[in-house]
Amino acid sequence: MRRTMLAFGFLVAAWPAFAAVQPDEILKDPVLEARARALSAELRCLVCQSQSIDDSDATIARDLRVLVRERLQAGDSDAAVKAFLVDRYGEYVLLKPRLTWHTIVLWGAPPALLVVGGALAIGVFRRRRVATVTGLTADEEARVEALLAREE
Amino acid sequence: MIVEIGHYALVLALVLALAGGTLPFWGALRGDNRLMAVASTTSVAQFLFVAVSFAALTYAYVVSDFSVQNVVENSHSLKPLLYKISGVWGNHEGSMLLWVLILVLFGALVAVFSENLPLKLKALVLAVQSWISAAFLFFILIASNPFLRLDPAPLQGHDLNPLLQDVGLAIHPPLLYLGYVGCSISFAFAIAALIDGRIDAAWARWVRPWTLTAWCFLTLGIAMGSYWAYYELGWGGWWFWDPVENASFMPWLAATALLHSAIVMEKREALKIWTILLAILTFSLSLLGTFLVRSGVLTSVHAFATDPTRGIFILCILCVFIGGAFSLFAARAGQLSQGGLFAPISREGALVLNNLLLTAACATVLVGTLYPLALEALTGEKISVGAPFFDMTFGPMMVPLLIAVPFGPLLAWKRGDIVAAGQRLLFAFGAAMAVVILGLALMGTPSALALFGVALAVWLMVGALSEIAFRIKLGRVSPAESWRRGAGLPRSAWGTMVAHFGVGVTVLGIVGSTAWNSETIVTLKPGEAVTIGSRTLTMDGFVPISGGTYTGTGVRFTVRQGGNVVATMEPEKRLYTVPNTPTTEAAINTFGFSQLYVSLGDISADGSTVVRVYWKTLIALIWLGALVMTAGGMLSLSDRRLRVGAPKPARRPVAVPAE
Repeated sequence: MRRTMLAFGFLVAAWPAFAAVQPDEILKDPVLEARARALSAELRCLVCQSQSIDDSDATIARDLRVLVRERLQAGDSDAAVKAFLVDRYGEYVLLKPRLTWHTIVLWGAPPALLVVGGALAIGVFRRRRVATVTGLTADEEARVEALLAREE
Repeated sequence: MIVEIGHYALVLALVLALAGGTLPFWGALRGDNRLMAVASTTSVAQFLFVAVSFAALTYAYVVSDFSVQNVVENSHSLKPLLYKISGVWGNHEGSMLLWVLILVLFGALVAVFSENLPLKLKALVLAVQSWISAAFLFFILIASNPFLRLDPAPLQGHDLNPLLQDVGLAIHPPLLYLGYVGCSISFAFAIAALIDGRIDAAWARWVRPWTLTAWCFLTLGIAMGSYWAYYELGWGGWWFWDPVENASFMPWLAATALLHSAIVMEKREALKIWTILLAILTFSLSLLGTFLVRSGVLTSVHAFATDPTRGIFILCILCVFIGGAFSLFAARAGQLSQGGLFAPISREGALVLNNLLLTAACATVLVGTLYPLALEALTGEKISVGAPFFDMTFGPMMVPLLIAVPFGPLLAWKRGDIVAAGQRLLFAFGAAMAVVILGLALMGTPSALALFGVALAVWLMVGALSEIAFRIKLGRVSPAESWRRGAGLPRSAWGTMVAHFGVGVTVLGIVGSTAWNSETIVTLKPGEAVTIGSRTLTMDGFVPISGGTYTGTGVRFTVRQGGNVVATMEPEKRLYTVPNTPTTEAAINTFGFSQLYVSLGDISADGSTVVRVYWKTLIALIWLGALVMTAGGMLSLSDRRLRVGAPKPARRPVAVPAE
């Protein structure tokens, strides 16, 4: 369905709205459940187009949600749950890619763009100010002197 | 027969586009006024022929002519009339035709409404516009023809996709395309200026209304799409950082930057080269968006590789125009004269900061959108770049920009006084602080980020008002005098105020709905109730529903607050009959600017139903803010100086032949 929409080519993808988390999946422990929700929002539904498992109605998303909750109940840390899923499904499952050699450009680009852009802007300011501040050349000074002298 | 007329009109439009792209261009190079004057005629004629073509396709949809392949694949005789019409652009071929229709519409508008444009500039602009339309008309005729016939004709169409039967979808694409394609005008102006080798304040004045128009439509289109996703999706999300969304958001960011840099160029003749570059970038991003969405490259690099004809074609168009534009820019930019000088702390300086942050943010979105594609193509490794990445990178760039917004209009041109501007904003700063203190006092210790967000929104809104208050000397002279001053201010000043105020409104909506969003997911049986915040929803029972093409079940809820009934809501589950597709329609009720959102999950045989209830604080402000921004844009568009135009050149252009 999502793919139909994409091919259709509009701003957002819409698909029938039977979203995400089912009542029977919700954990009793509100702290664990909150962690599960936060984690789910960072995990990709593998068969969808850039949807997290938290918003997806696909079967695999449900399986992953249940899996995340099982791992959390077993006492895994958030990082351990992610590592577990990456082992199984690859980096593709993470909506926020980890910083590795392959993603260094991705993570480095935003700050680099700001710094380079800022440096360029400052550079242009500097250069242009120098260009305007430059006074008269020695030759011009001499001619001014001469003209002033003639005035008197 | 009518379909053939449409097809033929499209071929004629291509011929006209080729003529309009070459003759006036040649004329401009040789200084031949007669050849240059051809441009207006061909532009208007192109529009007429593409309009005939579009009307023919629409006719085929309205009468359900199933001998046309495109109609068979994308329509059905049972569709309501509105959706038959919107179905014209609800598919690849038709939407490309709409794209070109809007492109030539803009060309025709330039031809008709730019009487005071120098003949040479006008000829070049329209020639560039004709090149673009020629490329896309060629694409439609070769690779994406909506007029192909089927023999024998089937009795019924295939598609009655319920998702496409939505009013939002009927208006959203045309709005978005008006914005996307509208950017082609500033692109054409930029190329014309580079070819001509001359660019001045008048150029910026001519470009500005077109950019502003495109920007207004783009803002509306994006907001519309976002709202549509929100009510259609069923869980209250309104922005997903989906590549398709990003494709429309990038031109918006670039166009916003362009709007601002064009002001500098118009008033001070500075930032010329940069403005030209931005104009090229903005349309390039529009083209890139068209490529991303239309080629199927987003679904998978491999899916693209298996059926690449259309994708490659658009990619070629993309490369020729973007590559050509940048080559021309590289060759000619150095010849453009430098403009006025200014100190770093000045209105110009503030606008440079605006441009820096907006373009960096735009580039971030671009990198995030294309990175997975590039990585997969290069190494075969698949990664995802989703909302959490953009929240972490795009968000922080917006914060300094939003803090700086109220300063901009208060700084003088050339050399501004930041301390004086700060003093004028003391009230806005006080208001923002007051909100923080009030928040702390009322709600204990809510999240610092949320408080900061609300303070930022208040800062933006009150800051926008402060600027006008300062300019009309509110409180320092008599109210009558303030009124007189207010009436005397140019509309563009009011436009700035309104648009910047709108940004604050949107920010407030985003912060409110993110920070104070509560949700409950429960299973209810009729008679049971669920409480969210101070409101209780009682499930009264099931209501059978049926529309022309669907049947289904609605669930009636009564919403009570403090014992009083405040609303009834009826979310639905529908089953569309052809094809068999279930959909869910959420029920939304607005209280003030906040919304109660109810959608249904599975209904069991015993009547117990999964119900999702969301409370979204201030969420309506997100889209309301976008409307306010658009209103600001339109107000600015109605400014006298844009209608009157720049002083005419001494030598009046030769009269354009009547069309």
